Amino acid sequence: MRFGVVTFPGSNCDYDALMVVRDQLHHDAEFVWHKNSDLSAVDCVILPGGFSYGDYLRTGAIARYSPVMKSVIRFANEGGLVIGICNGFQVLLESGLLPGAMLRNRKLRFVCKQVYLRCETSDSPFSNQIRVGDVLKIPIAHTDGNYYWNEDGVGDHEDNKQVIFRYCDARGSITDESNPNGSINNIAGICNKTRNVFGMMPHPERASEELLGSADGLRVFQSIVAFAKAGVAV
Amino acid sequence: MAEPKITPQLVADHGLMPDEYEKIKKILGREPSFTELGIFSVMWSEHCSYKNSISLIKTLPRSGKALLTEAGEENAGAVDLGNDLAVVFKIESHNHPSAVEPYQGAATGVGGILRDVFCMGARPIAALNSLRFGQLSEARSRYLFNGAVRGIGDYGNSFGVPTVGGEVYFEDCYYANPLINAMAVGICRKDRMASATAKGAGNPVFIVGSSTGRDGIHGATFASEEISSKSESKRPSVQIGDPFTEKLLLEATLEIIKEDLIVGVQDMGAAGLTCCSSEMSAKGNSGIEINLDLVPVREENMSAYEIMLSESQERMLVVGKKGSEDLIRAIFNKWDLNCIEIGQVTDGKNMVVTMGGKVVADIPSECLVLGGGAPVYTREQKRPAYLDEAQGHDFSKLPQPKDYSAVLQRLIGSHNIASKRWVFEQYDSMVRTNTVVGPGSDAAVLRIRHSDKGIAVSTDCNARYCYLNPRLGGQIAVAESARNVACSGARPVAITNCLNFGNPYKPEMYYMFAECIKGMGEACRVFDTPVTGGNVSFYNEDPERAVYPTPTIGMLGIIDDLNHITTNNFKDSGDLIFLAGSTKNELGGSEYLKVEHNLVTGNAPELDMVFEKQLQSFILEAIRNGLVKSSHDISEGGLAVALAESCFADREKAVGATVSVKSDLRKDALYFGESQSRVILSIAPERKGSLIQLAASMNVPVAEIGVVGGSALKINDDIKAEVKILADAFFDTIGNVMALGAQTPTRLTSQS
Repeated sequence: MRFGVVTFPGSNCDYDALMVVRDQLHHDAEFVWHKNSDLSAVDCVILPGGFSYGDYLRTGAIARYSPVMKSVIRFANEGGLVIGICNGFQVLLESGLLPGAMLRNRKLRFVCKQVYLRCETSDSPFSNQIRVGDVLKIPIAHTDGNYYWNEDGVGDHEDNKQVIFRYCDARGSITDESNPNGSINNIAGICNKTRNVFGMMPHPERASEELLGSADGLRVFQSIVAFAKAGVAV
Repeated sequence: MAEPKITPQLVADHGLMPDEYEKIKKILGREPSFTELGIFSVMWSEHCSYKNSISLIKTLPRSGKALLTEAGEENAGAVDLGNDLAVVFKIESHNHPSAVEPYQGAATGVGGILRDVFCMGARPIAALNSLRFGQLSEARSRYLFNGAVRGIGDYGNSFGVPTVGGEVYFEDCYYANPLINAMAVGICRKDRMASATAKGAGNPVFIVGSSTGRDGIHGATFASEEISSKSESKRPSVQIGDPFTEKLLLEATLEIIKEDLIVGVQDMGAAGLTCCSSEMSAKGNSGIEINLDLVPVREENMSAYEIMLSESQERMLVVGKKGSEDLIRAIFNKWDLNCIEIGQVTDGKNMVVTMGGKVVADIPSECLVLGGGAPVYTREQKRPAYLDEAQGHDFSKLPQPKDYSAVLQRLIGSHNIASKRWVFEQYDSMVRTNTVVGPGSDAAVLRIRHSDKGIAVSTDCNARYCYLNPRLGGQIAVAESARNVACSGARPVAITNCLNFGNPYKPEMYYMFAECIKGMGEACRVFDTPVTGGNVSFYNEDPERAVYPTPTIGMLGIIDDLNHITTNNFKDSGDLIFLAGSTKNELGGSEYLKVEHNLVTGNAPELDMVFEKQLQSFILEAIRNGLVKSSHDISEGGLAVALAESCFADREKAVGATVSVKSDLRKDALYFGESQSRVILSIAPERKGSLIQLAASMNVPVAEIGVVGGSALKINDDIKAEVKILADAFFDTIGNVMALGAQTPTRLTSQS
């Protein structure tokens, strides 16, 4: 399959995502320039991490107006697979493709470290190769990763099993201590109601080779490929 | 706008000596204009001209078969990595700006060193930094520390370079004048390295990147004087960083180099447009004409003087190939950056600057630059009186501790030894997905993508040793950084250095500077690690005191096989622990002496450089033969601290150790002394014979001193400590202190 990795000015994890698809997944990947709006050759859009437009106004707030985002929204509404990682997740929130908002981390600082995630559902294009309860080691690197939505909204997420990953400890327990940024209900990654748009703050592309400390993140990408292979429409 | 009249006072205000002014008049054959005075003042400042250091710097070994550029030739040094690749790296200081505005000072320090690397055509793959502050019990130190760390983090994180390592020390002497040394490492194809030159008459000259503002005017001059309570007023001399623009500038710069559209490119750092124009044309043996009316400015009514001296960040000067103008503009346009043709290369020798149709400066480029007409001085040296007293200090009357476990616990929690986790978790250490060993280990290790090679990088300097014995301290700084990369499985190949000293016009200070350089040069020759470049920062002092002589070394090592990457933590219960090297009765300059006795005295530890080299060869050979499971250099805190670090370096898999060392040394020297050329290894039991045999064949003394296992670290009958408790002190101490807060500027007052 063919992945399209969007490059906004200020994206800095675009290359890393591209390399994982090509070198670890052995599938096709190409950059999609932010001024470009053609996604016709793409099977899955990756909105990568980084600091789009410097994140000077609010994370993801300017990128949302980028020409390519009109196409991404259309692509998603037509059922296309979209994964936003870190800044990409923030862009998805700002563009309304995913509900909720990012607050500043509760310690008010950038934090980069390995964290643990518990898989909450295998029923998604992004987690079908991961069992419920599996613990993945995947790093985070952000200042604004404190996911928030109001009570009703979060309730809906939980009812619809839209929460795919939660921060946990090494043994899979969901604790406040293992929550690195203060996210409500320890939420690390959510999908939309139709399950074809997914955002996560941790960086699976940084955890796709044992040499770099973990290959757990590769399972997210493998899930996407497995889903596409099965040819199941969302 | 009328320019001020040149008076002796105005000349003095520009930091120029009367004889220097006479030299300017002789060069020009007339009085300089105000703009020209400004140009000479920044180019002949210590910061740009190295006038008081260059004659000594030139004594350092600056060439070798692995080097692709000679030190000082380009913006950064370049080393041959094999596979048609080059590693480009450099370290630089941003001390003075950070003393008055730590956030922007540190951020723009990072920005500047990144540009030095990518204007060579190399994509930055790693950043490191070496930081020094006063004690964290002082609110001012916490303010500076917090600001600098945030500045480094915000800049590097947004730019997209992983900050993979470095060092942080806290010592009273850095209270007024912190040290912020930033290092960057990049990689490029050997055939795509760019040069900082302007040649070929008629070739177009572009200014690219950010617009020019009034920020940073006289930054280079500010860096060339001491810090005082008046320094607060120099805050406008501090530049403002914009990492987003820098990221765009990186991509655009690499594209014009890749497309082979340019003759040369140079980063606008200290002295901005002045420095680029004069240095590039002098290097190309050409003249250059620039029209300041064309420079994109962000403020109204900027004078020629201001435009020439502005240190606004994220700008470059590009000399294009004639005929490539449209292609160059298209690339910068794609990245939404300014790209304005402001002049051309000429077949003259002068930098000619015009504004409003008038010539505002016309100076032979060669006369402005280092290695050309800039002044060169050798200053008077005098050995400071305190050295003999310190080196002769008699430790025989120093009382020995009663409770060695308690001493170990205090040392682990001392701010100089404790984990800098609070710092490096604020840095993105993983972006670009090459980081194999990140911050907190002996050296950081990065893989070179699509090859079986890696590099190891480390910054090091024990400034106390340099303060107590500058020549030996200089040697040890090089030796230790080499040992660090060797422990990671890498061959040390070359260094960059950042020499932080006080006022060179004080003979004692100049002596310390000269001795440190002598020591570094000796060590670089023995270890065959030439100096590829770096920078000198003088005037790191306030009216109360100078900083310790701090020649920071940035070491580059090459890993020929990624399977050789070695980390410092004990791996499995039952593994045997070996000590390679010998412990001596040494306490001078140790962290133990400072923490337990509040003394900074004695002589620096001895160093036998030939043995040190042999030890490092042994470690590397043992690693290559697959004998070694962990390898850790013994440094601050001595044997006991190094053993503890190996127990908990991987906090989640922390493990104890039982150690027995027989010795007739003083016990405090045995456990906490900082004798050089020592490494702790752990090995699988079945490798014991091979290790001992290898050590014997290489004449390196090794001793089996213990075994990995349990939950406690036990050393003889003297030390017994639960590893978890040690780990908590190690990892949490600095975060706990910083929770005391210091978010608002704490000004430098004339403290007692």
